[in-house]
Amino acid sequence: MEYIFSVLVENKPGVLARISQLFSARGYNITSLTVGETDDPTISRMTIVVDGDEKIMDQVKKQLNKLIDVVKVVDLTSLPQIERELLLIKVNADKKMRSEIIEIAEIFRAKIVDVSDSDVTLEATGQKDKIDALIKLLKGYKIKELARTGRSCLPRSE
Amino acid sequence: MKKKGAEILIQTLIEEGVDTMFGYPGGQVIPIFDAIFHNTDKINFYLVRHEQAAAHMADGYARSTGKVGVCLATSGPGATNLVTGIATAYMDSVPMVAITGQVTTNMIGNDAFQEANITGITYSITKHNYLVKDVKDLHRIVKEAFYIARTGRPGPVLIDIPGDVSKAEAEFEKIEKVELRSYKPVYEGNPKQIQKAAEVIMKSRKPVIISGGGVIISGADKELRELAHKTGIPVTMTLLGMGSFPSDDELSLGMPGMHGTVYANHSLQDSDLIISVGARFDDRITGKLDAFAPHAKIIHIDIDPSSIGKSVLVDIPIVGDARMILRELNKLVSKCDIGEWMQHVKELKQKNPLAYKKSEDVIKPQFIMEALSEITGGDAIYVTEVGQHQMWAAQYINYKTARSFLSSGGLGTMGYGFPAAIGAQLGNPDKTVIDISGDGSFQMNIQELATVAMNRIPVKIIILNNMYLGMVRQWQDLFWGKRYSFTCLARQARCPESSKCPGPGDQCPEMIPDFRKVAEAYGIKAYDVSKPADVKPLLKDILKMKEPVLVNFHVAMEENVMPMVPAGSALNQILDHALA
Ligand SMILES: Cc1ncc(C[n+]2csc(CCOP(=O)(O)OP(=O)(O)O)c2C)c(N)n1
Ligand SMILES: [Mg+2]
Repeated sequence: MEYIFSVLVENKPGVLARISQLFSARGYNITSLTVGETDDPTISRMTIVVDGDEKIMDQVKKQLNKLIDVVKVVDLTSLPQIERELLLIKVNADKKMRSEIIEIAEIFRAKIVDVSDSDVTLEATGQKDKIDALIKLLKGYKIKELARTGRSCLPRSE
Repeated sequence: MKKKGAEILIQTLIEEGVDTMFGYPGGQVIPIFDAIFHNTDKINFYLVRHEQAAAHMADGYARSTGKVGVCLATSGPGATNLVTGIATAYMDSVPMVAITGQVTTNMIGNDAFQEANITGITYSITKHNYLVKDVKDLHRIVKEAFYIARTGRPGPVLIDIPGDVSKAEAEFEKIEKVELRSYKPVYEGNPKQIQKAAEVIMKSRKPVIISGGGVIISGADKELRELAHKTGIPVTMTLLGMGSFPSDDELSLGMPGMHGTVYANHSLQDSDLIISVGARFDDRITGKLDAFAPHAKIIHIDIDPSSIGKSVLVDIPIVGDARMILRELNKLVSKCDIGEWMQHVKELKQKNPLAYKKSEDVIKPQFIMEALSEITGGDAIYVTEVGQHQMWAAQYINYKTARSFLSSGGLGTMGYGFPAAIGAQLGNPDKTVIDISGDGSFQMNIQELATVAMNRIPVKIIILNNMYLGMVRQWQDLFWGKRYSFTCLARQARCPESSKCPGPGDQCPEMIPDFRKVAEAYGIKAYDVSKPADVKPLLKDILKMKEPVLVNFHVAMEENVMPMVPAGSALNQILDHALA
């Protein structure tokens, strides 16, 4: 099953290593991980998406809480939440194909951020499913490179 | 007032109550050693002969006194030599502060001479660790390190200090109180959970208490005794829980698990309620997990939420300090209605006592343990290495008080016992401290004979010399067709190939080294004993001596530790060939 942890941590060196080590020590691959400062510059928020079984994830959650540099762990897995991911994708596009790609971009509310003779670069944000769908469509045009940020999440307010 | 980093470090250590340290010098810690040089009236510093021993000494000091143990090593190899000792302390929740030198801040990450990323290496074996980048942070970090090491579930904390930080100066402004927003251990148990536990205890008909190392750490031995005596529930003590409840108490079931007593294991399997206090259901205790105590509800009292529900499913978790929780629980319980159960337990005890085949020709290791127990009357600190001798020590010695049995339970570190005994002796100068050792384990930190000799530390070293890595040989004997592959410590080049070795006999070469001669080379009194009749008189003699002594007991070579629950079997599938 897929788990999403939102973790507030001290904004200090070594914290990321400590956290990723907890997962790797148990043989779990982190699907995605985002980190960024919060409004309080001494605290960062990490969003960790990971696949694993319930018992191990319960243990991982407790181990995360045990780390001295972890301020708070929220398990968003079963909570109502807002989730976004950003995609940058560079697709092969000669002049003929460009308009088709622009059409797709419009449907997905993606922005065109760069154009050259041979390619177009799009920027898209959204939930994972939307990003996956966009990538799938663009595969038909030969993708040169892409970068995904991984998911960022916040719980929804009541 | 401005002070150098090294002085700030030492002043803060003194402030934290440190009066004993163990360590070894090197380039990056010369400034720290210089600061110690100026404070030898306040800190007794012990120079070890290998940094691993410094960590174990700090550990033995900490386990036997309850104070934080402190060790110090230089960067690179000095720091990596501490690793086994730190991991040992981590697994057994021992409060320790390990201080390491580091290359200067401008060189970090350059593969500088004697650089090792020790904070990276120790992430998973420390409760927390610090790399001090600025001398201004040093005082606060040292205070935090002690606070973290000794509170909550204790553990080792490492502080890595680059050479230039030790030399740099800063204003020394004292911090009175440590506050960490992200670390707030919970001590008080949830009253509702305690209430629920009391109700379940009173309703139980076949209860057993498991008393673990947490009882000793939190100082809850008195409260545990009260719980047992008030309710009449029998108690089994884990390896780390030895001493948390008197082994000779009527309600004691001895140790559970792989080499536990038959009656402790059957009692657990037959029980309808297990009250675990400060124990973590290690696989050496539960045996095959799916088959563990199939009818029992479980109350689990532990300060570490991550210990609860990790292996067995728990019905009533109570997170907090064992002592505070037991105090509350004791107010709510009374004599349980468990007459029939206690009859059953009594029968189990009578039918399956711990036993071994006695001998008048060859010294049985169990016999030495019984003799020690009798002669000391439990009034000593027993420290063990790892192997068969460790299990015999746990089985056959009566422990009466907390902190009287020290052993590497979680990591199972051979070489732990001797240095830990030294640390324990220095923390308890008036007590008799005995290292119960094996011929294999002793050689893992044998160099500390120098530390003992030069400081006249009166530890008593008792080697149960079976010329084997006995515990591994036992597994080879029972589960690997008696193929003693590289477990014979007497084996020499002139022996026949392993497959043609007929086993121990007159044709065997002398064991190297001769432990008596080694001890004597260090100026330590030493004896060889091979006759059962000499065991007690000699033990009586050496226990009176106020100096270090080593006794090399030549014991039955192929004796096995029994009973035994083979790894992966249910707790009631017990091998007991002891009298066969
Ligand atoms: C550092 C380390 N290496 C290996 C082991 C595996 N091991 C466990 S017990 C044992 C044999 C110990 O031999 P000895 O000290 O002579 O004790 P005995 O079992 O013979 O009493 C070994 C090798 C260990 N526990 N620790
Ligand atoms: Mg041996």
